[in-house]
Amino acid sequence: MAKTTGASLKETLSIKLDYDQLTNCMRCGFCLPACPTFQETGVEAESPRGRISLMKAVVDGVMEPNARFEDQMNHCLGCRACEPACPADVKYGQLIEQARDAIEDHTDQHRLWVKAVRKVMFKKVFPHQNRMKLLGKGLRMYQKTGLQTLVRKTGIVGVFSKQMSAMERILPDASGKGVIEQMGTRIPAKGEKIGTVGLFRGCLMDVLFTETNKNTVKLLTEAGFEVVIPETQNCCGALHAHSGETAQAQALARNNIHAFQQANVDYIVSNAGGCGAILVEYDHLLHDDPKLSEQAEWFAKRVYDVSTLLMEKGRPLQFAKQKNEEDGVRVTYQESCHLRNVMKGSGAPRQLLKRVSDIEFVEMRDAGSCCGSAGIYNLTQPDMANQILDRKMENVKTTKAHYVLTSNPGCLLQMKLGIDKHAKNDGVQSVHIVDFLHDRLVKN
Amino acid sequence: MREEPYKQELRSIVGDAFFKDDAESLVTHSYDGTPMLQKLPDGVIYPKNTEQVSQIIKVLGKYGIPLISRGSGTNLCGGTVPVQGGIVMVMHRMNAILDVDMQNLTATVQPGIITKKFIEHIENLGLFYPPDPSSMAISTIGGNIAECSGGLRGLKYGTTKDYVIGLECVLASGEVLRTGGKLTKDVAGYDLTKLLIGSEGTLAVITEATLKLIPPPKYKKTMLAMFKDIYGAARTVSKIIENQIIPATLEFMDNPTIRVVEDFSKLGLPLDVAAILLIEQDGELEMVERDIAKMAEICKEELADRVSVASSQEEALKLLTARRSAFTALARLRPTTILEDATVPRSRIADMVLEINRIAQKHNVQICTFGHAGDGNLHPTATTDARDEEEIHRVEAAFEEIFEAAIRLGGTITGEHGVGMVKAPFLEWKVGSAGIEIMKNIKHAFDPQGLLNPGKIFAKETRRRVVIDHG
Repeated sequence: MAKTTGASLKETLSIKLDYDQLTNCMRCGFCLPACPTFQETGVEAESPRGRISLMKAVVDGVMEPNARFEDQMNHCLGCRACEPACPADVKYGQLIEQARDAIEDHTDQHRLWVKAVRKVMFKKVFPHQNRMKLLGKGLRMYQKTGLQTLVRKTGIVGVFSKQMSAMERILPDASGKGVIEQMGTRIPAKGEKIGTVGLFRGCLMDVLFTETNKNTVKLLTEAGFEVVIPETQNCCGALHAHSGETAQAQALARNNIHAFQQANVDYIVSNAGGCGAILVEYDHLLHDDPKLSEQAEWFAKRVYDVSTLLMEKGRPLQFAKQKNEEDGVRVTYQESCHLRNVMKGSGAPRQLLKRVSDIEFVEMRDAGSCCGSAGIYNLTQPDMANQILDRKMENVKTTKAHYVLTSNPGCLLQMKLGIDKHAKNDGVQSVHIVDFLHDRLVKN
Repeated sequence: MREEPYKQELRSIVGDAFFKDDAESLVTHSYDGTPMLQKLPDGVIYPKNTEQVSQIIKVLGKYGIPLISRGSGTNLCGGTVPVQGGIVMVMHRMNAILDVDMQNLTATVQPGIITKKFIEHIENLGLFYPPDPSSMAISTIGGNIAECSGGLRGLKYGTTKDYVIGLECVLASGEVLRTGGKLTKDVAGYDLTKLLIGSEGTLAVITEATLKLIPPPKYKKTMLAMFKDIYGAARTVSKIIENQIIPATLEFMDNPTIRVVEDFSKLGLPLDVAAILLIEQDGELEMVERDIAKMAEICKEELADRVSVASSQEEALKLLTARRSAFTALARLRPTTILEDATVPRSRIADMVLEINRIAQKHNVQICTFGHAGDGNLHPTATTDARDEEEIHRVEAAFEEIFEAAIRLGGTITGEHGVGMVKAPFLEWKVGSAGIEIMKNIKHAFDPQGLLNPGKIFAKETRRRVVIDHG
């Protein structure tokens, strides 16, 4: 199935890997404490410095890329916590995607179901929002008709994978109607308008977390923004790019740029750190397309996470505990890796939470380290993902929080999975920060 | 093909999971933090306890295989590159804090514990372990001891050697040796503890260390002084000490470094100053206030262009950022960053910095200098590109002259990074032929087969000292 006909994996890696970036790594080791897989294993090959040395060794002809090499590249969560830790500013995220892109051209390693699911989801479903909606309707039917109960009782999902079955249990109720069907494509600002925001609705977000999208619109309009939701936008392409399907990610990016340019917006807002991080890097994703570079830059510099835009550009919002809520509610925040490490958006969510009167914000130990969700990592690398989640849940428990808030659907599902596994009876729930804030918004 | 017998024996000691010789493991243990050095080992082993270390050493001795023990591999002297092949022994699994003795104020640890984790642990108990190498978030106590790491607090508090009071190590024979103890005074024979500190894994493998702890300072204050005249900055350093003030931190950045830092972090540093001093004092409130006031006065007497004393912790942090970002800013300039640590008596700092700048200009290379002015430990840092052979050659020639200059000014070739491979050809310049001879004899007494970290400290031949051309 090799796309680069005749070339070996070594040759493809040599072509695709940015040798300047490989050379820029000076092996100081400052990335090691930031890397979740190194922290879990203590093995050098499981660290960014180790992985870069492996890539370089292959290109330099020191070693042949074998199955273990491929495994190591796929073991990386892609959380990019190593990038802020790197003195030399090595673009590790780009290197790991280039390596996976090359591997994708050659490998016959994926377990069959991973391959099949990825092919269908990446090529046939995520890029088409109408199909996502259909999937949502199907899922809704599955959840409402009793089929779910049947499946759970027979344990049929467990036949495919234990991890899939655990995920199936915590999936929220899906919706067949997205944010546009429910709110329209243009929602006016409350009070004086301070700018126009294009909402990036996300493919998964709009099916599994439609309420969060609606609440995002409500917070934005309350803060003085007119919200436009371009209908022709599609999936952000993050999962494709992270898994080595670069060409497809680029096609999705081109379409999104077109959609938001036509809508002529001042800002482009995402409420999913995983999507936001690739949106903000569309200029890099399309850097070898000179015709689009200007538009890609136009797009990338308008991208904000919802929390950051509310904090930096919006009219200040007031939040207070809900009327029927007891005193002493404690919340903690699990960062989205890509919001933290790529969008550099660690501060705004915490600042917003500190504005909610009568609730207590508790900082969690290692809140900035990955929860193990990492796109589809928790499905493809369940062992490492679960190990990381177990440690994360210990930290969650220590906070004694009633709410674990997140800024990304993958993290949210992972935290729900963790609570289902480890803290079912602890009175803790996981909620998107937008929903938590929306429910406590004090309207003017 | 049947595996070599020594590998089978190693596997039987630690189990299959903890001996590896696949390509990934070999490649990822072929380097450390030193630029341009790489050599594949023959295997990687992760021992669990002293007993396993002893068994491993015996097997390797029997078959004549080199052993390179290491922590996180962050040293900057090529100290843990397996240059003659052999087995790399990673100490990460031996990472326990065995004991914190509140009566004697000591801690006993295994070598694989990450320095920062150890520091956090004892700080939670209200105690203080001062050595703070900038790699401390990932380097290990064992590695710090093997290299005798320094850090920013060296001037007032000393370096690793001042805090290690007892060791357990495994000798080349496999015997376990204990030195020192929870003792402030101990003159029973030669001081083997001190001999092993900084021995770079060439004499024995450290398996346990007893460390001295002290009470933490109660209060801290930070200031920044900028000088148009580099001698003004240097005189300030000397005068502070002359006035019998020993600041906790006394850091220096030269003009090329200031320019790079300003370009990187936009802190608003003036580009026309020749040097910046960052000064910190800690201790009792009254003493800190008095010392800071006196030091500010000295800076002004020496015609500092600007002196700013931080009024809050946040402001202090901002001032520290300038110094802390020096390495980061430099590392981003060019692909390869070579960080050296030539050290001179602190009264000669200005001369040394000017020498470095002159030498850099002569060889047409970019070298920025920052470092620990209070203890004379400078970090001339070259930014270059390992792929450009001609330029690398010029960088090497420049560093050779810098080492020469350091020694001429009464200094040393390395203050805190160690000799390893990088400075081995220059060691004789510092210690003389008698020094090399006695060190070789010590090495032979500890390691008669020459299997412990071979190819380090002693070069095949000493570099000829360059003739200084002042023209």
